[in-house]
Amino acid sequence: MIHTIHVVLPAHLRTLARVGGEVSLEVEGAVTQRSVLDALEALYPVLCGTIRDHLTQQRRPFLRFFACQEDLSHESPDAPLPDLVVSGAEPYLIVGAIAGG
Amino acid sequence: MSSVRVLIGTHKGAFVLTSDGKRERWDVSGPHFAGWEIYHLKGSPADPNRIYASQTSGWFGQLIQRSNDGGKTWEPVGNKFVYDGTPGTHQWYDGTPHPWEFKRVWHLEPSLTDPDTVYAGAEDAAFFRSTDGGQNWQELPGLRASNTGPRWQPGAGGLCLHTIILDPSDPARIYIAISAAGAFRTNDGGATWQPINQGLRSAHIPDPTAEVGHCVHHIAMHPSRPNVLFMQKHWDVMRSDNAGDSWREVSGNLPTDFGFAIDVHAHEPETIYVVPIKSDSEHFPIDGKLRVYRSRSGGNDWEPLSKGLPQSDCYVNVLRDAMAVDSLDSCGVYFGTTGGQVYGSADAGDSWSPIVRDLPAVLSVEVQTLP
Repeated sequence: MIHTIHVVLPAHLRTLARVGGEVSLEVEGAVTQRSVLDALEALYPVLCGTIRDHLTQQRRPFLRFFACQEDLSHESPDAPLPDLVVSGAEPYLIVGAIAGG
Repeated sequence: MSSVRVLIGTHKGAFVLTSDGKRERWDVSGPHFAGWEIYHLKGSPADPNRIYASQTSGWFGQLIQRSNDGGKTWEPVGNKFVYDGTPGTHQWYDGTPHPWEFKRVWHLEPSLTDPDTVYAGAEDAAFFRSTDGGQNWQELPGLRASNTGPRWQPGAGGLCLHTIILDPSDPARIYIAISAAGAFRTNDGGATWQPINQGLRSAHIPDPTAEVGHCVHHIAMHPSRPNVLFMQKHWDVMRSDNAGDSWREVSGNLPTDFGFAIDVHAHEPETIYVVPIKSDSEHFPIDGKLRVYRSRSGGNDWEPLSKGLPQSDCYVNVLRDAMAVDSLDSCGVYFGTTGGQVYGSADAGDSWSPIVRDLPAVLSVEVQTLP
């Protein structure tokens, strides 16, 4: 089954990928953080390495992953995303940390 | 008529300035990559319209941008910098072993002959090469694998490979410098490297004359004399007349021999420029007076150059890659400051004026002289 997932990128990555607003991705099969990010990078190869480390595939330290008012940054990358994200009702948010001071 | 293009990397983007050969009026283009740190941009000597830029961010990591039209438009190319094999360790600040980790590219050095070949100096210190216009990068691991690699220790700014000099007379010979490991040379195109730090004396390390551990800030070479190198070390201005086999101090009458930038006149191989900075704890000019110092004798005898530069209340720094020269008949000299000014001199340093002011802090300045 193919799901349409909406992803919100930080402003700098929207500029880099030359997109405005949300990005809509088609994800086949299980909708997880890994499958969403894989689809995102496949559609926009310029984002490879900017969200996840090239080698380890770990989240870059100053980025967070949010959805449905929850911080998913420390969840398993293979855990299913919330139903509202899978259905396309809610976006998956990639957020740059805001430094205080 | 010849023209000049100045490539400026700043904390918040890149700027490209152009002028005709008079160098009186400048057109400013930018910011390119607004909001990103641009550590360095440099054009290919073989194709001046080919320019590479190192774009980096604490949030989003490293990107390499490439232009094929002199900086008007850009395209991101490869950003995968992977250390060869099992990376091993270098020394951390506390002396403990620390794994090598890629952080950013400090310096890009395009080949002298092939626009698609470009070298990158990385933090943690490593030497990378691309032969396909920046799409793919391979580490030349002989540098880190040399027997001193595990002893290298970062300076305050990180363990960065910040200087790459290609010998125009011998494609196999390359000089590089690392803070705070020192200077190194390869005679075989990067397969093997040797430290070239004999004669350096650094009071802040346990053995002041150690084989490695020196905080070399920058090195410059005149292309007509590839055996002669000039170095601004953390403290001390040095020169070598034998391709780095040995060094001697030429600080002479400088008011302070701390600094970052150093460069050589385009047509006078014994005329060199530095910007003395007060000290390692006070990174600004002495007495708030911004002065370039010029030696016409390859060091030791220095004259201050201040005409057109602020002579009161100036507390900026000039970073290691932020000075460059053009090669017009009357050599132009340029440098950028952490206050966002870029000063230019169209008369080899006798007089200066800002070619742009109020940019973000300037990290690097490179100059292209165009036909």
